[in-house]
Amino acid sequence: MAEHRRSPDDAHEQPTRRRFLGYLLAAPTLAVGVTWAGDAINGDVAEAVIPSLPQPAAIFDLGDLQNLAALPTSGLIGIQVDADGTASFALHRCEVGQGITTTVAMMIAEELDLPLDKIIVTLADARPELLMNQLTGGSNSVRSIYTPVRTAAAIARQQLIRTAADAWGVPEAEVATKDGVLSHRSGKSATYGSLAAAAATDRTIQVSVALKAPADFRVLGKSHNRIDARDAVTGRKQFAMDLQVPNAKPCMVRRAPTINGTPKTVRNMAAVKAMPGITDVAVVTYGVAVRGDTFGQCIDALRALDVDWNPGTVAGESDKTVLAKLKKAQLPLAVPGLGALSVDAEFTFAFASNSPLEPDNAIADVRSDRAEIWSTLKVPIDAQQDIARQLGLPANKVVVHVVPGGGSFGRHLFHDVAAEAAEISQKMGKPVKLSWSRTDNFRQGRTHPMCVSRVRATYLLGNVLTYEQRHASTQTDFSHGLGEMITSTAAELPIAGNLTFAESIFLLTQQVPYNFGVVTQLLNEIPLEFNTGSMRNIYSPNVLCAQELVVDMLAKKMRKDPVAFRREFLKDKRLRAVLDKAAEVGEWGRSLPKGVAQGIALHTEYRGAVATLVEIDCRPETVNRPIRDGVTGPRVTRATIVVDAGLPLNPRGLDAQMIGCLNDGIAMALTSSLHMKDGIPLEGSWDNYFYTRQWNTPPAVEVVVMPPTSDSPSGAGELGVAPAFAAVACAYARATGAVPTSFPINHGTLSFEPYPSQPSTPQSPTDGLDTAF
Amino acid sequence: MPQHTFLLNGARVTVEVADDVRLLWVLRDILGVTGPKYGCGLNVCKSCTSHINGKAFNPCSVPVSKIKADDEITTIEGLPATVGADLHPMQEAWLEEDVSQCGYCQPGQIMAAVALVRKTKEEGRAITDADLDGLRNICRCGTYQRIRTAIKKGESRM
Repeated sequence: MAEHRRSPDDAHEQPTRRRFLGYLLAAPTLAVGVTWAGDAINGDVAEAVIPSLPQPAAIFDLGDLQNLAALPTSGLIGIQVDADGTASFALHRCEVGQGITTTVAMMIAEELDLPLDKIIVTLADARPELLMNQLTGGSNSVRSIYTPVRTAAAIARQQLIRTAADAWGVPEAEVATKDGVLSHRSGKSATYGSLAAAAATDRTIQVSVALKAPADFRVLGKSHNRIDARDAVTGRKQFAMDLQVPNAKPCMVRRAPTINGTPKTVRNMAAVKAMPGITDVAVVTYGVAVRGDTFGQCIDALRALDVDWNPGTVAGESDKTVLAKLKKAQLPLAVPGLGALSVDAEFTFAFASNSPLEPDNAIADVRSDRAEIWSTLKVPIDAQQDIARQLGLPANKVVVHVVPGGGSFGRHLFHDVAAEAAEISQKMGKPVKLSWSRTDNFRQGRTHPMCVSRVRATYLLGNVLTYEQRHASTQTDFSHGLGEMITSTAAELPIAGNLTFAESIFLLTQQVPYNFGVVTQLLNEIPLEFNTGSMRNIYSPNVLCAQELVVDMLAKKMRKDPVAFRREFLKDKRLRAVLDKAAEVGEWGRSLPKGVAQGIALHTEYRGAVATLVEIDCRPETVNRPIRDGVTGPRVTRATIVVDAGLPLNPRGLDAQMIGCLNDGIAMALTSSLHMKDGIPLEGSWDNYFYTRQWNTPPAVEVVVMPPTSDSPSGAGELGVAPAFAAVACAYARATGAVPTSFPINHGTLSFEPYPSQPSTPQSPTDGLDTAF
Repeated sequence: MPQHTFLLNGARVTVEVADDVRLLWVLRDILGVTGPKYGCGLNVCKSCTSHINGKAFNPCSVPVSKIKADDEITTIEGLPATVGADLHPMQEAWLEEDVSQCGYCQPGQIMAAVALVRKTKEEGRAITDADLDGLRNICRCGTYQRIRTAIKKGESRM
C-alpha cells in the first residue's frame, strides 16, 4: 500500500467534496464521536443516510427528536484508539451472519489507514438515545452507517496527524499515515498506539473532516474475508447459548398444542420439580417453564408435565380456512378482462418459517431492582423498553446486551424470547438460559404469512396497457416499529395501525420496473393472529414471483423471447445492464434437453439491481432421485446472479449474500413451507421444513458483481431472494409447460410424518451411533 | 449419580450425570465445550457433528452411557490437535474460501467434511458430487456452494 497523504484542508482544493462534522470527546485516549446521521457541514443532506423504511414524521414530530437530541454529544456513535494500536467501535447494529461487522471494519480501515486486524468491532448494548437508528433490517445497515463511520475514522486519523505534527514541529500536510504508523520524510515515525493518549482531549471539541472519494479507496471495493471467520471455524465464536453467565442454568418451556395457547391447569408441578437435575418449574404466559442442570433434563421434565391448555389465537385455522379468507379479502381489479388480450393469474404462497439454525434463546438475570438480558436483538431499544414495562422496572435499570446471532432472516426483529426469559427469571427468582426447542421454533415461532397475489395485465398492438396486482396477505406483524417505543407503539395504535404501517412498507418496497402503462399494486391484509413477521425480503419474493411469471406469460402471448421482452419493456438502464450480463454469462437460450429449462427474473430494491438466471432439471430421473428423509423434486442445476449494488464495498461479502439469497429463493419456490393444521404448523424439524439442502442446491453458481454505478452502496442482504424465487418459478414453468399457481410447488404433498402436537418437544433419539460415518 | 469417563479432545474426563443425558448436553452444559451447537436435538440438522474414534456422529442423539471409557470424542476444539497444528487443513480451506456467514453450523460442517474425506480416502477414491449431495448438515444462510468448494480444497491437503 502506498503511503497516504491527505491534507486536512484538501476540501479547499476539491470544492465538490463536502466536509462532515464530528466531535473529539473528552477521554483518556483518543475518542471520536459522530451523530448517527453523519452531518454534513454545509447543511446539505448527507450522503447515504436515506433509510429504506419510512420516516415516522407523522407519528413522531421532528421537534421531539430535536429536543431529545439537543445535547450535542447525546446519541453519538464513536471510535476509540487505544495504546495497543487498535481502534474499537461498538456497532449499533446486530451481526446475524451478513458480514456487517466486516464491512464496518473495512470502512474504518479505509479512513483511518489501519490494518483490518487492528480494528475491533463489537455490538452495542441497547441505547435508547439512538431512537430509531438502532434497528437492523430492511437491508439498511451498510447504507445508513457508511457516512458516519467513515467520518469518525477520518476524524481520528486527522487528530493523530495533528498530534504528530505538533510533536515534530512539522506541517500537518507533511505527515503521512500507513498501516497504523505516522511518519515524516525527516525519518520521524510513531505508531497510532504511542500517540493515542497524546491525541486525547480533556474537553469535547467539534471538528470537521473531508472524506475520501470512492476513486481513492484502497480497502473498500476490494474483497475481504470475514473478520469473524477464524472464530467461527474454530468453535470460538460465542452465541448467546454459549455464554457463561453465573447460575444461568438451562431452561425450556412446555408449550400448547395451538399457536399462542396458554396453560389452564398443571397437575404435577411438584413431581416434575423433583426430577433429576431439575431446580425450578414455573407457569408462564405461554406455557410451563422448567430450569435444570442440562437442556436434556429440561426436555425430560417438560415432556413429563401434565397440562391442560386454553386454545390459542388461531385455534381451528388451517391452510384451507386461511386461503378462503384471503380470497375473500382480495381487493377488486379495476380494469375489466379483455378476453384474448389479457393475462389473468392468481398465485398462492404457503406459510413459511423464518427460523434461523440457532434456536431462539436468551439469557435473563432479573433481580428486584434491575435486570440484565443477553440475546440476539435487531431492535434492542424496543426490547429494553418493553421488557422494563413488563418487569415493572425503569428502562435504565434493564441492561440489554446484543449478542451475534446464528442467523435471523427476520426472526430477531422480535424480542418475545428475551421477554419470556425475563418473565421466567422474575418468576423463579434466578438467572435462566432459555432456549426454545427446534420444534417450538417451527410451531410457535414467527412465520412469513400465507398470501395470494392476483395479477391482470392487458395488452394491445405490442404494448402492455395495464398491470394490476392485488396482494392479499395474512397480516405481517410490524409491531417492532422502527426501533423504539414511539414508533412501535404507533404500529399498535388503531388509527395508524399495523395495516397502515404494512401498506407503507409495501408501497415503499414494491415497484414494477417495466413500462406497462397503468400500473397499480395494492395490499390487503386479514387480521388473523398468527405469529408472523418480516422474512428476508418481506413481500418481494411473493410479489415478484407473481410478477415475473406474468411477464413470461405476456411474452409468450406476444410471441417474444423472455429476455428480449424484458429488455424491450424495462425502464431502468441498470436493470437492462444486469439483464444483458446475466443472459451472456448464463448462456441464455442454450440448447437443453427436454424437461430442463432456463428462467430469468429481475429485481430492483434498496437502490440495487439484480438479474438471476437459473436452469432447472424437471426430468423424472432427477425429480425422483432418492434421499433418506428428504424431499428431492426438481433440481436447480445452474445459477447465474448479476448484481449491481451501487457501490459494492466488499465484493466477496456481496457474493456470499447472493449465494445465500439464491438458496432461500430455491427453497421458497420448490420445497420449504409450513402446513397449518388446526391452529399450528405440522412441521417440527429440519427434516419436515425443507430448507434447501446439499442435494437440492445447484452444483454450479456464478455471481457477477457489476462495477460501481453510484457513489453510495445499496442494500444487499435481501436483494437476491426475490429474483431467485421468481427465476426458479419461471424456469419450472418453462421446463414443465405449465405455470405453477401454488408455492412451494411440493406444498400439496405432505412428505413427512409429523411429530405429535403434545408433548410440545419431541424426545432426542438414542441411536446416534448408528449413523456415524 | 453414575460416573462416566471418556477421552475428550485428547484428555481423560469424568462426569457425574444420569445415564440417559445425551452427550451434547454433557459437553455443553457440564463440561463447557460449546463448539458443538444445538440446532435440533433430533439428529437432523447436524450442527453438533463431532467425531467418535474419528467418525462423524451427532452427540445430541447418543446417551452418555453409550460412550465407553476408551472412546475418543473429538469436537471442533480438538480438531487441529489431530494434525498437530493450529488449524486443520479443512479449517484452513474454510478460511480461504470465506465460507462462514453466521457461523452457527460451521463447526458441524467442518467435522462432517473431515469425516467424509477420511471415509473416501479409505475407500481409495476422491469425493464426488454425489458424496457432497449426501451431506445432511443444514446451513440456513445457504453457503452450500462455498462449503462444496472448501471440502474439495481441504481434501487435496489432507
